[in-house]
Parts: sequence; structure tokens; C-alpha cells
Amino acid sequence: MNQQERLAAAEQGLWKPLPLIRDARYRWLLIIAAVVYLLLAVISIDVNWARVAEGLSRGMNFIAAFASPDFTSRGGDILDGLIESLTMTLTSTVIGILLAIPVGIGAARNIAPLPVYLFCRSIIAISRTFQEVIIAILFVVMFGFGPLAGMITLAFATIGFMAKLLAEDIEDIDARQVEAIRATGARWLQLMNYAVQPQVMPRLIGLSMYRLDINFRESAVIGIVGAGGIGATLNTSLSRYEYETAAAILLIIIGIVMATEYISSHVRKWVQ
Amino acid sequence: MPVRYPDHSTNLADARWKLHTTRKQILIWLAWLLGISLFLLCWKQISDNTMWVFVEDAPRQGADLISRMLPPEWSYAHLLWKPLWDTITIATLGTLLGIAMAFPCAFLAARNTTPHGLIRSAALMVIVSSRSINSLIWAMLLVTILGPGILAGIIAIALRSIGFVGKLLYEAIEEIHPTPVEAIAATGASRMQVMSYGVLPQVMPAFAGISIYRWDINIRESTVLGLVGAGGIGLQLNAAINTLAWDKVSIIFILIFATVLVSEYISAKVRKAFI
Repeated sequence: MNQQERLAAAEQGLWKPLPLIRDARYRWLLIIAAVVYLLLAVISIDVNWARVAEGLSRGMNFIAAFASPDFTSRGGDILDGLIESLTMTLTSTVIGILLAIPVGIGAARNIAPLPVYLFCRSIIAISRTFQEVIIAILFVVMFGFGPLAGMITLAFATIGFMAKLLAEDIEDIDARQVEAIRATGARWLQLMNYAVQPQVMPRLIGLSMYRLDINFRESAVIGIVGAGGIGATLNTSLSRYEYETAAAILLIIIGIVMATEYISSHVRKWVQ
Repeated sequence: MPVRYPDHSTNLADARWKLHTTRKQILIWLAWLLGISLFLLCWKQISDNTMWVFVEDAPRQGADLISRMLPPEWSYAHLLWKPLWDTITIATLGTLLGIAMAFPCAFLAARNTTPHGLIRSAALMVIVSSRSINSLIWAMLLVTILGPGILAGIIAIALRSIGFVGKLLYEAIEEIHPTPVEAIAATGASRMQVMSYGVLPQVMPAFAGISIYRWDINIRESTVLGLVGAGGIGLQLNAAINTLAWDKVSIIFILIFATVLVSEYISAKVRKAFI
């Protein structure tokens, strides 16, 4: 339907909102493909309903546990796990960002030569594709159980995340300021320090705060594969069916994430 | 009285340009001191809990690991198509279920469409709790409740997606233009009609973009859900790691890498088409 036909139809009170995809054939093809795929997908789920029915009472127990979380009976373990998680988060974020800055500069097409660009981009691709947990498995094998493996994992993941966003940011900077500094006869390092750095700094700080937040959340997970932190404590409590303790740990995680989110939004407002 | 310059010299020729005032310089210095001490304290904590003998061994272990991973056992690949299909199913159905729950949540949480302040805080609470807990933890909980299998994975992905989609969508709703909404309301439209003709068309592109982006992330996350028993290719990964069959692990890694690249490509294409 073209514009005139639509207007004529609208005057007769037959107006319809514009479809999301304009080409009708393409639209129907997409809808049919989606329906067929969904049918196939739903058929391929096999659910053991007897097991689900049996588990539902356990589920109710778990939800009830949130009403009476037990912070004390495993208090020592929770505290140890929490301190481990927090230290891992901080050190990995700092190390990750320090390493991400050269990679990010190298991955910005407007200041890096092509070979460096390709090398840095491939580091970013590898670091971003694999889930933290998968990387953690490899580092646990290499460095042994404990928080060091977790810290290296999170630092590695931070490199991919920060370097990609930093590189995009550097590619978007105002080229005239770079030109102006270069015209004064500045060396490469001075160029970075006085032309590029001031332009990307506010966003870099904002992203670092955001990454700190992500690293804490991830540190709660990589403990499952033996990389230390609160995740290990949570895993143990769940496999012992100590739902009250698990609920307490989850509440602590939610609380800390909320707090860091609140702080980071304030810091971001303050630097921008 | 002579003019005093920021560095306390009275002569313009002696005055030197400085980026910060002295007070600010001290504050910055203190912040750095505090930050570095905190970092070193944390580092010491980690270092105390580390067996450095194992770390010294790390390069040898790494080389050993790579030598065991190569060459990948290609004949194992044909057993992986079904788990891979399951992984994609978990991600897709989980995303759809998550979107379905996040959609009303976002409208209740946006300042300009929420019916009441109390409902708004409840919706925000749902969004924050969902965001704080990783899908792997959700999966761990659901596996103890529902038993191992794809269903636990789907629900875990869905529960995690509520927070992500909900947060980005409610921010998009809060940023809409108020004039179309007022125009629709002025025709005497009901509340639901205002939503569907005034608000919805404005957030639809953002919504589609956010959903496909989350789908892309969910593909990545669903590859590891099997580690806690929630189905997909992670189950095979777990089995291969537990039996130390590193040549199988490497083929699973290659498959995951390829799947993630394809999903990222699709997601980037579709997002470009919408925005």
C-alpha cells in the first residue's frame, strides 16, 4: 500500500498502523519461519513432569526461605566468600583496565597502524566470545583453585569489554583537537596525553564503574567452577539443600549490586 | 596591592600555568594514595590465599593443556548437533519468555506510564533482583527445583532477561516524546489505547533492538548452563572436562566460538535494520 492509498483508507476510517517490516512477502516469510522454528523448538523440549511436580514443593520451600534468610549459621563462610569476591572484583578491575588501555588504543583505527589494529581486535574478539565461566575453567586448570584464577579470569574478560568500548570511543573523538596538538610538534605520547585522553576520560571512568559492577556479579558465578569467591559458598549451600543460607547469600548479592549501581550512577554524574 | 597568581608568585613573568589549584592537587593525590593502598590490600588478601607453587607451574600446565587439546577430535562433532540445537532453543525460548514478562514490567516501572508510585517501586525491585543474579545461579536454583534439563535452562535465561530488557525498555519509555501521547489522549482514547497508539510505536524500534541484543547475549550464556545441569552444549563440556578429554573440549570450544560469531552477526544485522 502506498502513501495515497493509505491516506484514502484513513479518510474512510480504515486506518491501520504501519507494519514493522514494509515488504509484505518478506514479512510473511519471516512470520512463517518463526512459527515453524518455535514449533520445532517446543517439541524438542522433553520435560519430566513427574520430577517437576516433585520439585515444586522444594521450590515453595526455597521461596519460603527468603522470608527467613539465615545469615548466622554459616556466617564465617559467607564472610570469607564475600571478602574474596570483593578483593577479586577490585584487583581484577584495576588490572583489567590498565591492560585494556593499550589494547584499546591499538584497536582504534584512527590512531593505530593496520597490523597493530588487527592484533588488538583479535584479542578483543577472543576475550569477548567466551563466557567468563569457560575462561575460568581453563585458568583454574593452569593456576590451581582459588581467587587468583578468578582474578585473572575477570581481568581477561575486562580487557575485551573495556578495550572494545574504549576503541570505539577513540574512533569517535574530535580529530581537530588531535590536529591542533600535533601542529605544536607534540610527540606521540604527548598527543595521547593532551589530545586523546581528555576527550575519552569521562566515559572511561563511567565504564570502569560499570565494569566494577559487572565483575562483582560475575565473581559470584565463577566460584562454581572453583575460582573462589561467594559463588563457591552459594554452590555448597545449594547442594546441601540449606535454602535459608542460600537465600541469605542471594540477598547479600542483590544488596551489594544495588549499592554499587547507586554509587556508580553518582560517580558517573559527577565526572560528566 | 600586587596581584597574586594561583601559585603565589606576584610577578606575571614568574607565574607558571598549572592545571589544578593546590587544594585540588592534594585531594587528587590523596585519592590516588587511597586507591592504591586499597588495591595493594586486596592484592595481599588474594596472594595469601594462593598456592604460589601452582602458579610457578602455570606455563608448563598451559603448554600441557594446549598439547592435549590439539588436534581436536573431529569425529566427536557429529554428537554435538543435538546439544547445540538445545542450546539455541534455550536461548531463543528463554529470551521470548523473558521479553513477555519484561514488557509489562517495563511499563509499570517507567515514570510516565506507571499507574502508581508503589507499583513502580515493586516493578523496579523485580528488575533489580533479576539483573543482580546471573543466569547460571538462576539455573542452579531451578535445577534443584525442576530437575536437570532444558526447561530449567529456559526459565533461568528468562528470569535473567527480565531485568536487562526491562531496565533498557523502561528507560526508553521514559525518554519518549510526550506530544504524540497527548495528541492521542486528546482524541478521548482510553488508557490502553494511549499506550498502544501513543507510546508503543515510539519504543518499538528500541524494544526490537534490545530484544535481539539480549538474544545474542543469551546464546553466549546458554552455552555454559549445562555446567550446572540445565541442558545444552554445556552438559557435553562438563562431561568432557570431568573425563579430562581435552581434545573433545577443544572441539566444543570451536563450535561455541562459531555459534557466538554467527549470532553476533545476525544480531548486528537485525539491529541495523531496525535503528
